[in-house]
This record gives sequence, structure tokens and C-alpha cells, in this order.
Amino acid sequence: MITIQACLDGILLGVLFALIAYGMALQWGVMNIINIAQGDLVILGGYIAYFMYLYGIHPAWGIIVSPIIMYFIGIGIYKLVINKVVDRDLFISILATFGISILFMQLMNFAFGADVVLANSGYGTTFLFDSNVVLPNSKIFSAAVSIVFAICLVIYMKKSKLGRAIRATAQNARAAKILGVDTEKVYAATFGINAALCGVAGALISITFTIHPYMGLPYTIRSFMIVIVAGLGNLPGVALSGMGLGVFEEFADYILGTEFRIGSVFLLLVLILVYRRFKLSRKREYLK
Amino acid sequence: MKLKNFIITFVSAIALLLSTSVVSFAKVVGDKIVLGAAVSLTGKYSSNGVHTQNGYNMAVERINSMGGIKVGGKTYKFDIIYYDDESNPKRAAQLAERLISQDKVEFMLGPYSSGLTKAMAPVTEKYGVPMVEANGASRSLFTKGYKYLFAVLAPANLYLDVAIRTAVELNGGKGVKIAQAFEQDAFSQDVRLGILDAAKDTGSEIIIDDKLPKELNDMAATLVKVKQMKPDVLVVSGHTKGALTAIRQISEMKVDVPMLAMTHCDAAKLSKQHGKNAQYALCASQWHKTLTYKDKWFKDGMTYDADFTKMFGYAPPYQAAESSAALLVFKDAFERANSFDQKKVRDALAATDMQTFYGNIKFAPGGQNVSKPMVLFQVICDSSGKCENKVVAPLKWASAKLIHPVPKWSER
Repeated sequence: MITIQACLDGILLGVLFALIAYGMALQWGVMNIINIAQGDLVILGGYIAYFMYLYGIHPAWGIIVSPIIMYFIGIGIYKLVINKVVDRDLFISILATFGISILFMQLMNFAFGADVVLANSGYGTTFLFDSNVVLPNSKIFSAAVSIVFAICLVIYMKKSKLGRAIRATAQNARAAKILGVDTEKVYAATFGINAALCGVAGALISITFTIHPYMGLPYTIRSFMIVIVAGLGNLPGVALSGMGLGVFEEFADYILGTEFRIGSVFLLLVLILVYRRFKLSRKREYLK
Repeated sequence: MKLKNFIITFVSAIALLLSTSVVSFAKVVGDKIVLGAAVSLTGKYSSNGVHTQNGYNMAVERINSMGGIKVGGKTYKFDIIYYDDESNPKRAAQLAERLISQDKVEFMLGPYSSGLTKAMAPVTEKYGVPMVEANGASRSLFTKGYKYLFAVLAPANLYLDVAIRTAVELNGGKGVKIAQAFEQDAFSQDVRLGILDAAKDTGSEIIIDDKLPKELNDMAATLVKVKQMKPDVLVVSGHTKGALTAIRQISEMKVDVPMLAMTHCDAAKLSKQHGKNAQYALCASQWHKTLTYKDKWFKDGMTYDADFTKMFGYAPPYQAAESSAALLVFKDAFERANSFDQKKVRDALAATDMQTFYGNIKFAPGGQNVSKPMVLFQVICDSSGKCENKVVAPLKWASAKLIHPVPKWSER
């Protein structure tokens, strides 16, 4: 029963991580930018849902409102900062997004205060196996919403004009440009879409966990790790490695103790990096 | 060229030095006693930093308007120089240096949190500057042999001690099974040590002993263990995040445990953020407005609560009340020392034995306040869903009866 509980907890958690990681993979693949501010965008999205909750709107609506606002914030960040570093070295973009991350943390702290907050969904609980396995409905809801958004995004990428342009740019930006793709626009849209995904994830996190201005970094690290494991152009891979990471974390927590949970994630990251021998840097993968 | 650069740098360094030292204060300017304080106005402790500052300001205003401090036949007023330590221990230590060596402050008030107090205490100690602090409860502050550090609050290891003892008492004096989950920071680990002591004393057994990393906001795995092993008491301490996460996941996973004891419920605004889900949680608190301690300046807890609410627009958490008490202690010590000599004031502080609206204050040789017990309140909701914190232990101060064991989720 414990095994089932830990597996289910991990999978539900992992799906949410995978959504954030997918945004990161998209951006990384298309623009060759590793966004350190990913987690902070997530938290900002969470605050949007939280404020809706404060004004008496059910926080679940945050999954609609938050991505819309975050999309424009993403475009804004692109226009202000990212378009100046997009063609540069990976290191420059890491520094730039690291700066954005610090700025966002401080601004959120300034605007929303340093209190830990959460939004209550009132969704109740599901009992399975003679109530030996207990799943909060809010987690199930999060996972379901994440899956729906991921599927929509995949369809959008395959079918729509912009989606095709994004994929083309990811494969070869120069060729795409020659063939008439406005890569500048594609970059902006990619960054916006990533921010919107973070918005959805943030809204879900405010419902399932807690949010705080300084809590973004663990989400950045986890999504980074998922992308490293799965590779850039591989959505099923991202989903699988997200869930795998979730389950791994839950088991590490249960067997080794909570104090080793984050530590074991890092250990896993190191092992995987050694195993893959930095494949990513040798062969630039692209979004299929 | 190099020389020119050197000269420019040198001159600007001198100019910078002068510009900062022009506004230097002495310990006592005219009729003002100037105290120095670094509090967290920005950064992760900013909410509690502001409570601390408001508590200080409230007491300064009150003491000044009620006649000030009488030393050597003359009347003085309090004044505080504040700096923002940005919730950063390094910054706090720098600011302590700055307050002492540039602003020439000779008496200090403490910052918010154990971590920052730990960073500042070596500096104040080095210069022999008496510091009365109200927000650093970590036990390690009081075992280093500091002579100039005084804390008006009970040390961290006593926070949840009373919960374990109450549980044992209700169990007919027999030991209980304890499950605990603590964040890995100085404060929470001290709370944990307190529990270990209490468990040893009462013959209780600790069956789950988890440590929560500070980045974590998911304790589902710990709660699964709790469901399996069915302890009598579940103890959680991980600042506001710990309290909020625990209540959220306990209510979602319907974890039944006869007693749930936590820290930081006050700051987490549990009853507001979680409503009925927080019901029956026991919370350690340094102070509660219904306690019947009295003093001349603030009368009692209820009056303090009302006055503070009028002045700042929100009800005072205990962080504000203990900060106000720090000023009362300083005033009392100055008057007894009848001098501004740091050594004499230090000795007077060490001999403090007084009652304030916040509680009795008497310092042990380590500097911690030993005459004020912690109280436990329980979140109790009425049928309309309005929740309130009621003091339930120790019995002497109780304003409501402890509800024990906590009703099962299926029966709520």
C-alpha cells in the first residue's frame, strides 16, 4: 500500500514538474536559452491565482487567467532583455536570466510581502483501496490540468502555423529565416508560451502546495534536471522523466528520510550527467 | 595614469568616509537615549521584521509620552536608529559594527530571528554593548557565555515542551508515542532538542523523526508514515511554511492523530488561511492577549492588543508584543542603574526581575528569560466557521478547555 501511495504521489507531482520542464525544453530548444527564472515565473503565476482567491474567485480559474497574464509578461521580458542575449553564448543568457530571477524574487517580495500563502480549492480527498491510499483531489486536478495543457500544446505545435514556425526555427533558425519565418516573432512567442505554461503550473502549485517569493529555485532545478534526462525534443520523454523524478523523490523521502529528498535528486542529476557525458552539448537536439 | 586613478580612488574613499561619519550620534544626545536596531524591512523576514519594528515603536511612543526615563534626576526619551538588514546575517553583522563604531550607539535592540541575532551577538559582545533582544530564541544563543545579550523570550527548546508534558498528563502519566518533523534550521532543531529532552523525562518514545529541508513544501511522505504508525502526538516545526503545509496536507490526506502541536501558527495566520481545517491544532506561543500579566505602561494584554490595533491597523502577533517588552526592560534597567555606563546598565539588566504585560522577565546567567512559560493555544472554530485561538495550557492561563483527543476526520 505504501508503495502504491508513494508511486501515485510521485506521479501526480511529476506530471506538474513535467509541465514546467516542457516550457523550459521548448525555450532551450528554440532559443538555446536556459531560463534560470523559470521557477520565479511559476511563483508569479501562483500569486495571480492567489490574488483571485483573495478576491473571492475560485483559484481554479487561475489556470485560465494566469497564463494569459503571464504570456504578456513573458513577451515583455523577451522584448526588454532576452532579445538582446538570444544569439549570444549560453553563458550570457544564463547570467541574464539569473538576474531576472533575482529581480523577480525581490519585486514579488516587495509587492506581495514575505508571507507564505496558499489558495484553498476545497476539492476534498479521494480514498482508494479501502482508504489505505489517500489522494488529495487538488493533486489529481493539477495532474489532469497539466496533461490537458501539454496535449493542447503538442497539437498546437503540430497543426498551427506558429507552431510549425517554432519547430522550424528550432531545427535551423537560419534556414527558417531564409524561408520567410519571422524568427524574432517566433522567439517572442516561444518565450510567451513558456511563461504561460509557468503561469498554469504556478496556479496549480498555489492550489496544491504553498507559494513564497523565494521558493522558485527548486522548480527551476527540477525542470532543468528533467530536461537533461529527457533531451530537448522529446515530450513523452519529458513527461516520463518528470513522473520518474516524482516517484524517485517520494521513495527517497520514504526510505532514506525527508532530509535526503532534495539531496538524492542532486545525486541523481550528477549520475545522469556523468552517464550522458554531456551529450547535449555535443549534439544540439531539436524539437521534433 | 595609474597615479591619477589612485588619487581619485583615495579622495573618493575619504569623501565617502567623511560623508557617512558626519551624521554620528552619541549614546545620549540632549534628552534622548539613542538605541540602535537592525531589523529586516526587506527580504524573507520582512513581515516579522515589520512586526518587530512596530512593537519597538509602539513602546517608544508609550514610554516617551508617559514621562520617559529618569536617570540621575533628569528625564530622557528613547529614540531608535533603524537600519534594514535585508534578512541577511552578514548584513546584520555589518550594521551592528556600523551602529556601534560610526553611529556611536551604546545600547542595542535585537533583530528578527535567531539567525540574525546569532550574527549580531558576537559584535555587540566584542564592544561590550548591551543588547536586549526579543526575537532570537535559539538555545545556542544562550550557551556561548555572552555577557551582554538578554532575551525577553523563552528559549526555543521550551516551545513545544509543554505539549509533550500535557499529552503525557492526559495519558495518565504514561509515556506517549511521538512523531516529529522539523525543518533543518537552527530554531527548529532547537525545538527538536527540547522535545527529545521532554521525551526522555517522561519516558516517551519517538517513533518518527523526520527533518524537512527548507526548500520543501511537501510532507506527504512523513504523513504516510504517521498514518501507518499511529503516534499519540505529531509535532511539526518549520516556520510558517511548515505550519501551512502541515495543515493543508493533514486535512487533505485525512490524517488522524490525537494531538497535533506546531510552531508559527500565529505568523502563518492559520485560522485565516485554513479556516476549519486548522481546527484543534495546538500552537506554541510566547504570548497571547488573554494572559493576565500587567504593567503600568500597557496595562494588560487586551489593552495592548486594542492600542496596537488602533495604531497599526492589525492585531499584534507575539513578535510585536515581545519587541515592546524589550523597551520596558531597557527603561527599567536604566532607571535602576541610574547611569549610562554600559557596564552598570549591563549589571542592572542582569538583575532584572519585573512583570510586563507580556510576562514576567528574569534573566538566567546565559541571558534567556526563565520566568515566563510558553503557552499553547488551540484553534477552535464555532459552528459558523469563525475560528479563534484559545489558550489551553498551561492550566493556570487557560481560557478554554483543551479538546483532546482531536476528533477523527470522519466524525467532523
